[in-house]
Amino acid sequence: MNDNDIIHVENLHKWFGLLHVLKGVSFSVTPKEVLVIIGRSGSGKSTLLRCLNFLEEPSSGTLNIAGQSLTIVPGTRYDHEKAVSMRLNTGMVFQEFNLFPHMTSLDNVIEGLVTVKKIPKDKAIPIGMKYLQKVGLEEKSFEHPIRLSGGQKQRVAIARALAMEPKVMLFDEPTSALDPELIGEVLDVMKQLAHEGTTMIIVTHEMGFACDVADRILFVDKGLIVESGTPDQLFSHPQDERTHLFLEPIRKVQQM
Amino acid sequence: MALETMKFPEQPGSDPDLEMGHTLMTQQRRERLIQTVKIGVVWVGLIIFLSIALLQFNFDPAYVFKHFGFVLQGLPITIGVSLASIAFATVLALLGAVARLSNNSIAQGISGFYVSLIRGTPLLIQIYIIYNGLPQIGTALIAKGLPQIGHLFILNAIQSGILALSLNYGAYMTEIFRAGIQSISGGQREAAESIGMNRVQVLRRIILPQAVRVIIPDIANQFIAMQKDSALVSFMGIWEMTYRANRFARQDSKFMEMFVVAAILYWLLTIVSSWLEGLLEKRMRHAYER
Repeated sequence: MNDNDIIHVENLHKWFGLLHVLKGVSFSVTPKEVLVIIGRSGSGKSTLLRCLNFLEEPSSGTLNIAGQSLTIVPGTRYDHEKAVSMRLNTGMVFQEFNLFPHMTSLDNVIEGLVTVKKIPKDKAIPIGMKYLQKVGLEEKSFEHPIRLSGGQKQRVAIARALAMEPKVMLFDEPTSALDPELIGEVLDVMKQLAHEGTTMIIVTHEMGFACDVADRILFVDKGLIVESGTPDQLFSHPQDERTHLFLEPIRKVQQM
Repeated sequence: MALETMKFPEQPGSDPDLEMGHTLMTQQRRERLIQTVKIGVVWVGLIIFLSIALLQFNFDPAYVFKHFGFVLQGLPITIGVSLASIAFATVLALLGAVARLSNNSIAQGISGFYVSLIRGTPLLIQIYIIYNGLPQIGTALIAKGLPQIGHLFILNAIQSGILALSLNYGAYMTEIFRAGIQSISGGQREAAESIGMNRVQVLRRIILPQAVRVIIPDIANQFIAMQKDSALVSFMGIWEMTYRANRFARQDSKFMEMFVVAAILYWLLTIVSSWLEGLLEKRMRHAYER
């Protein structure tokens, strides 16, 4: 691996029972890079993302995240504590938002600061407000999630992940559960983060957005990385037949 | 939100659509009110009917008024025993549920054994074992030269009653807590873990506060059931309502009079409890209302 890499994944495998979902995935991410992962439903792209913060326990392989490394060997004890400590290097944004419904927006955002980082509440509140402001929702800080629209919920969820100041932000289909008219506000926040130099890995079906923000795109099919390159390389000159087949209908729609 | 507190953006009357909605809502409210009044009339009718029926058959109302106060004096004990027991039972149930859902085989084993044993035996037998059976062990321990430990097994009637009710309801409530915890979506746990919370933090800060809201009605049900099951501790001679009613009932052969009094007091107690639970539920629902 390159010393500069912030994430380096080597030969990652994941089985769900007898189902081999990830079949030896290797890739790297450099600081400030925006990496977009695309592929069909069931291709393993979400599982790949979830392995990066150990919401799924990888079956085997090596993960190196922000200088901490964990090698998983099948049949040996899984180092749960190491995984939990490595988790703090990544912030996760979920398709279904998963805001805590019993807390206000602000309490959602500062929960990790207070409970995990043990920052006193009076010091955490200004930090929380800063991140709510960043996603344009400071006026909703005392509202409970049920009073927010889907797009607003997802922006609070982004603020919650950002507040922990992770080295890398992970987005798992962040706009897939949103009504079409609410997608834009979430993508705008993500674009802004990209411009500010946040390292991001994004799983998405929003191809226009992917072309726009991605420094590099990974195309995943059947648990393997088929092709990787700049948006232009993948969309205009795909090297692999499978990439071509996947992207061709999308290109036609976009040209219309 | 009550109709009269709603604020309309325009003056009423300026918008025919709004006016129509207004009229429809008023009508619905009136219909609901009429329905409630009708149900109330049926209740009052039933109470009057039952009272008249009783009075036809050798029922002595003067006796009821004379001893009502005596039975009522048992109410604080009934409430006290129930409150203490529900508190201990809640702690037991929480521990039981967490143990049942843990990966630890010892914790799982103990919790499963506890629930199975307690749910599989009658409460009355449990009361007898704790009040009459345990002192046997205590006496034996004292005889073996372990007085400190021995005395722990010799409980007075109140302590035995609270212990029995706590153990018994703790077992049933373990299942309620388990179901409540499992009803919270996996996404909540994932979100909490993704910001670095450990298992205890996830449970305490994220899962339990949500689970408690789900299970409040079930816990309230258990509390109401317990207020009535606390009558069983009268077998140990605790002067709560049932014991007091029984005393005069036997002495003067006024069974119907005394037990009707006790029944009415239990009933009133549970009605008040249900009402309090309704208030609590409303309060806790606040965060979930738009």
